[in-house]
Amino acid sequence: MTKDIKIRNYHAPVWSEPIIMELSQKGQRGILVPQSEKEIKKQVGQASQYIPSDMQRRELPQLPELAQPQVIRHYEHLAQQTLGMEMNIDISQGTCTMKYSPKVNEILASKIQEIHPYQDVDTIQGILEIIYKLDLCLREISGMDQFTFQPGGGAHATFTNSCIMRAYHDMNGELAQRNEVITTMFSHPCDTASPRTAGFKVITLMPDENGYPDLEALKAACSKHTAGLMITNPEDTGIYNPKIEEYVKAVHDVGGLCFYDQANLNGVMGIARAKEAGFDACHFNLHKTFSSPHGCMGPACGAYGTTKALEPFLPTPIVSFDGGKYHLDYNLPNSIGKVREFFGNVEVFIKSFAWILSMGPDGLVEAAQASVINNNYLSKLLLAIPGVVKHYAEGKVRLDQVRFSWEKLKEDTGIGTEEVQNRMVDFGIQSYHTSHHPYIVPEPFTPEPCETYSKEDCEYWAAVLKQISHEAYTNPEIVRNAPHNSSIHKLNKENLDNPEKWAMTWRAYQRKWKNKIG
Amino acid sequence: MFKKDSFVHPYIPNSVPRIKAEMLREIGVKDVEELYIEIPEKLRFKRKLNIPGPILSEYELKSKIMKILSKNVTCEDYLNFIGAGCWQHYVPAVCDEIISRAEFLTAYGGEVYADTGKYQAFFEFQSQMGELLRMEAVSLPVYSWGAAAAFAIRMASRIVRKNEVLVPRTIAPERLSTIRTFCGPDNLPSQIILKMVDYNKIDGQLDLSDLKKKISSKTAAIYFENPSYLGFIETKGKEISEIANQNGSLSIVGVDPLSLGVLEPPSNYGADIIVGTIQPLGVHMNCGGGTGGFIATRDEEKYVVEYPSLLVSITNTSQAGEYGFGYCTWDRTSYMGRDENGKIKEGSKDFTGTISNLWAIAAAVYMSLMGPQGFKEIGETIIEKTHYAINLISDIPGVKTIFSSNSFKEFIVNFDATGKSVKEINQSLLKYKIFGGKDISQDFPELGENALYCITEIHSQKDLEKLAYALKEVLQ
Repeated sequence: MTKDIKIRNYHAPVWSEPIIMELSQKGQRGILVPQSEKEIKKQVGQASQYIPSDMQRRELPQLPELAQPQVIRHYEHLAQQTLGMEMNIDISQGTCTMKYSPKVNEILASKIQEIHPYQDVDTIQGILEIIYKLDLCLREISGMDQFTFQPGGGAHATFTNSCIMRAYHDMNGELAQRNEVITTMFSHPCDTASPRTAGFKVITLMPDENGYPDLEALKAACSKHTAGLMITNPEDTGIYNPKIEEYVKAVHDVGGLCFYDQANLNGVMGIARAKEAGFDACHFNLHKTFSSPHGCMGPACGAYGTTKALEPFLPTPIVSFDGGKYHLDYNLPNSIGKVREFFGNVEVFIKSFAWILSMGPDGLVEAAQASVINNNYLSKLLLAIPGVVKHYAEGKVRLDQVRFSWEKLKEDTGIGTEEVQNRMVDFGIQSYHTSHHPYIVPEPFTPEPCETYSKEDCEYWAAVLKQISHEAYTNPEIVRNAPHNSSIHKLNKENLDNPEKWAMTWRAYQRKWKNKIG
Repeated sequence: MFKKDSFVHPYIPNSVPRIKAEMLREIGVKDVEELYIEIPEKLRFKRKLNIPGPILSEYELKSKIMKILSKNVTCEDYLNFIGAGCWQHYVPAVCDEIISRAEFLTAYGGEVYADTGKYQAFFEFQSQMGELLRMEAVSLPVYSWGAAAAFAIRMASRIVRKNEVLVPRTIAPERLSTIRTFCGPDNLPSQIILKMVDYNKIDGQLDLSDLKKKISSKTAAIYFENPSYLGFIETKGKEISEIANQNGSLSIVGVDPLSLGVLEPPSNYGADIIVGTIQPLGVHMNCGGGTGGFIATRDEEKYVVEYPSLLVSITNTSQAGEYGFGYCTWDRTSYMGRDENGKIKEGSKDFTGTISNLWAIAAAVYMSLMGPQGFKEIGETIIEKTHYAINLISDIPGVKTIFSSNSFKEFIVNFDATGKSVKEINQSLLKYKIFGGKDISQDFPELGENALYCITEIHSQKDLEKLAYALKEVLQ
């Protein structure tokens, strides 16, 4: 474990890339589009005659004008200045499960690019078969009875759940009374935000001294007003709550529903399921646990599963099978309706289905175990670094991640987690996820070394933090002023919250910063 | 614990038994089971999962899935005339190339020092959308057009502090359903009530007298679309926006951004918020997975602080002349929605999360390739081909098009006089390898047996003539 690891000499590409508008050369074309045939033009005449005159665009949009090689060069420079998961040891983005997305699955998913969702079902039997079989796999992995794949991300799935809780209590004539959802501080912030958007009051429980959500506080919060519970386990701390059944029971006892936020299932795939813990519903992020690439934040899928009792409330359609043919089933009597148009991000389903097939039942368990072994191995390496501490649950084994703290480093050197985060980039490692806000664990950071990462990857990642810790104790300025080897230098963040200076578009920037546009 | 087969998996470096044993030794446990000690026995799943696989060789995996996928028919195999909010436009190869780059494909939520290029690409997406829309504030995508409209309606309701919104009856049913989900429910006080505004039966245009009847002191916003779901250009945009503004309500316009080389951007006829889908801008249909909604407003603080979605702003850095980027008003996002006691922070707006940012990059590339002239030409081509198709179809005995005098790329084909249902006709068209227009007879029963046809730049004159020929044959 005390191997000497040579830290690589890294520098990010620096292209000083202009904004694309600055590269514009009047008259250049990046692509040409089909023109109408002569006969069409002759017969229908000018396009403009079909547009009422005050609806015709008077001034062409001021888009950039570039030839194709210049367009591609520009965006390839931007790509190079992006540290994708494949480019680095992305143990950094804990809670996000930055696992490898197999290339072959990209090829497979590309086969449905030119398919329309409203085609006759006989012509999309392949897609429906995959959705149906993916559903069967996820039912088995969760113990739930039916999934919907319509939600386009994790927060969208928790929103879907909030709407289902709403519809369920409404059907029972209790919605006016049951207007509270309970969640916990170490569950994702969307477990507070999405039920609030759905119209609920939200009670967020604080952790007890051991890091578990406070059971007594939960019991005190449960009442005839409780619509349901939305909770993660293990939470972001990596601590598995062994009394989860009691939490579920307390909520069920007052007539509430229980939703298991399993955006990140990675440590317990094939090990423990939502069903056995008594949950009514759960969701899995296919772009996390099930390997679909993260795509700079989507396209994604929050696959959402329920027990039989909640199935009639799901968004429509779901896919059914009659033994010979697959169908789109719109016949869900209490459906909440759509949470978005069409069926969801179908390309994502195909990648996840292919991944599950490549793993099989033993492979899924192997992946879960490898992630837990990696986490405990990395944890040992990190806790040996001066300045790193771990809060809560002394002596308890963590599963797939740990929320560490630089509290000690901050006390000793004045260097905190965000400065370390900036410095990591100088070593070609993605800046780590600190924690969701607010920071309950002081100076937090949350690595997640899922099964993708090798023993050497864990060691290298730890070695980088060890190096930064060493710098903090011996030469803190180098950390404080980081990054030094990034594509850019220290950001002026004040402008981002200043209405006089913020600019979401080149138009706004021109007006505010250069006064060129009126 | 069941006995599991041991194999070295190419996606799991530490599946090698020697390495695993070494790591367990270092951790100080004998068996991996000791790491699961916190999970109570009764919550453990004890048998083997009943799922297929593993298919360990990549070749066999690929063959297996390809076999299933080969049961699909694509819009490259058949001629497609379905649109309805998911449209078959040509996707330039450069768009696919850029979003296939592993740097973009596999990045996630990394900070700007690691992912500088990603942030700049996002800024350029927003900037180019801003040019198309003539708006200064544009956010990263939300889930779909319907979700964008819903979030815009919620923004309007907070800004104006009213809770009714007027929506056209001609809206897409799925879009309306999405909006309802976000605006419900009936029995909680936060509900936003949707009131449907009728349309003119002659030309489909929003019925202004019905609009004036329904607008009230409770109205937060009027939402309408251009082109409408049923394909025609809504010609009285300016008047509708004025009615909204005079009432103290906002004007929200849903738009197909690909039309904006030829159609006036809604900001020029009074829109306060513009929404729509980015799918036509270089994103494949993906069986509906190509959706991504956009939201745009003027750059005014009262609007900016109400966005639920992520806004990338440009800024400067410690190096003179260097651009930097970051999230504008991060505190309004749901990531910052709790205080240190677990209480909700009122300044946080709705929710955001992982959505469809890769499509925003595809759209940025698309807009850069097309440029102003490309948008103008594609708009003209689409209108010309659409009206050529309208003429051909109208010539078929018993068939007429409706609301189609100023269609952009979609129009209704009415089959009432043929005695055949759209369902039957579309079934028959499959034999000619044609996907006929979307059957909207159930959605708009008052209009009869109707299909919504979509024509784009990809349809050649021959394709359109083939459609007309097949329709004639089918209707005989």
